[in-house]
Amino acid sequence: MSGVRVLVGTRKGAFILTSDERRKDWDVSGPHFGGWEMFHLKGSPVDPNRIYASQASDWFGQTMHRSDDGGQTWQTVGNEFGYQGEVGTHQWYDGTPHPWEFKRVWHLEPSLTDPDTVYAGVEDAALFKSTDAGLTWTELSGLRTHSTGNRWQPGAGGMCLHSVILDPVDPNRIYVAISAAGAFRSDDGGAAWTPVNKGLRSEYIPDEDAEVGHCVHNIAMHPSRPDTLFMQKHWDVMRTDNAGDLWHEVSGNLPSDFGFPIEVHAHEPETVYVVPIKSDSEHFPPDGKLRVYRSRTGGNEWEALTNGLPQSDCYVNVLRDAMSIDSLDSCGVYFGTTGGQVYASADSGDSWAPIVRDLPAVMSVEVQTLR
Amino acid sequence: MIRVILPPHLRTLARTGKEVELDLDPDAPVTPSAVLDVLEGMYPTLRGTIRDHQTKQRRPMVRFFACERDISHDSPDTPLPDVIASGREPFWILGAISGG
Repeated sequence: MSGVRVLVGTRKGAFILTSDERRKDWDVSGPHFGGWEMFHLKGSPVDPNRIYASQASDWFGQTMHRSDDGGQTWQTVGNEFGYQGEVGTHQWYDGTPHPWEFKRVWHLEPSLTDPDTVYAGVEDAALFKSTDAGLTWTELSGLRTHSTGNRWQPGAGGMCLHSVILDPVDPNRIYVAISAAGAFRSDDGGAAWTPVNKGLRSEYIPDEDAEVGHCVHNIAMHPSRPDTLFMQKHWDVMRTDNAGDLWHEVSGNLPSDFGFPIEVHAHEPETVYVVPIKSDSEHFPPDGKLRVYRSRTGGNEWEALTNGLPQSDCYVNVLRDAMSIDSLDSCGVYFGTTGGQVYASADSGDSWAPIVRDLPAVMSVEVQTLR
Repeated sequence: MIRVILPPHLRTLARTGKEVELDLDPDAPVTPSAVLDVLEGMYPTLRGTIRDHQTKQRRPMVRFFACERDISHDSPDTPLPDVIASGREPFWILGAISGG
């Protein structure tokens, strides 16, 4: 029987939510790593029992974990993330040079073909790769040492590499996004990188069309159209149809084009989901209404999805990695809030119900479709 | 034999209890560095959580106590008091009280 496993990272532990294909009754497992901040968990697409988890603490730093049995048991793996070669500097908030300092792993992206290979996007921004199931990590230093690296600046949440997208057709093509440097693409497996920010406009930087400096919040791709990417930027929802060479805005009729996550429907590559947030100074939904917006036209025309979501007095946020989809016949959509709710829709967003209501603040939501 | 008290999160990580006992080289000075070397060898999952992998610098929000005194800012190569070295008193590793 098919089913789903929802991996939830929170400020105080990880939770695993499982259900069958009806997605009505849920089993809640956790907290795993109770008390620890769990930035991100993600399963291997080729071995669903293999799950990687990033655990970070202001006190005790970064630790990494791996499960080989679908999250029932965990083993601690390697946590040494050393920048390769000369570390160099990026810009600090005040514009002065600041040395790169490893702080935490924001995002884990398991390989599409090998369960032992996984990428880690980290703060301060860099991309690491493990080919031994997380025991050791090697930086793909061509990104951090890009000629623009000394001009990258942190966003409000730190200079984090938060998005990693592996091209399902071209195994040498990788996209990453960094707040607040922008999006980058590699066509050689991560050795060399090109900024792909043309078309982005950011009013908060002196040169609105700058090559780097854009605060990208999240990127999504449908696997059937690897040259089409959707982006939630700090402000603006963007789209490219040529692998990032040129972006154009598709914010259309959204009530606010600020937000964090963005996702694409599992079976409809022109169906896109965002969660509008009022502003960068007010990290809550407009009008106190928690609404997912869906476009079935690849952007520009958006409809509010409200059935089952709180439509008054709701002031939670949805963070950039806290939205995901499943690939069952009726596509499921999931997101978690800073208020500790995890909502699920088993009908592409038409209706919603909370799986859990009272978790710690949700930092990440990833879904595994089990067949 | 040296006794070391671990903070709760590190006990969970190391899958051990509040207090662990370590056997150090009897011919070498008993210092925080020597204690941590043996501790990390016995519990590899603690590597990087108390001090940096490369520089061996104490993480900023970790504190070391010996005989009710905060020795966090002493050199990690300073010999610990005899009561610690003999195991009569434990060496404490604490997470600093901070945050909300």
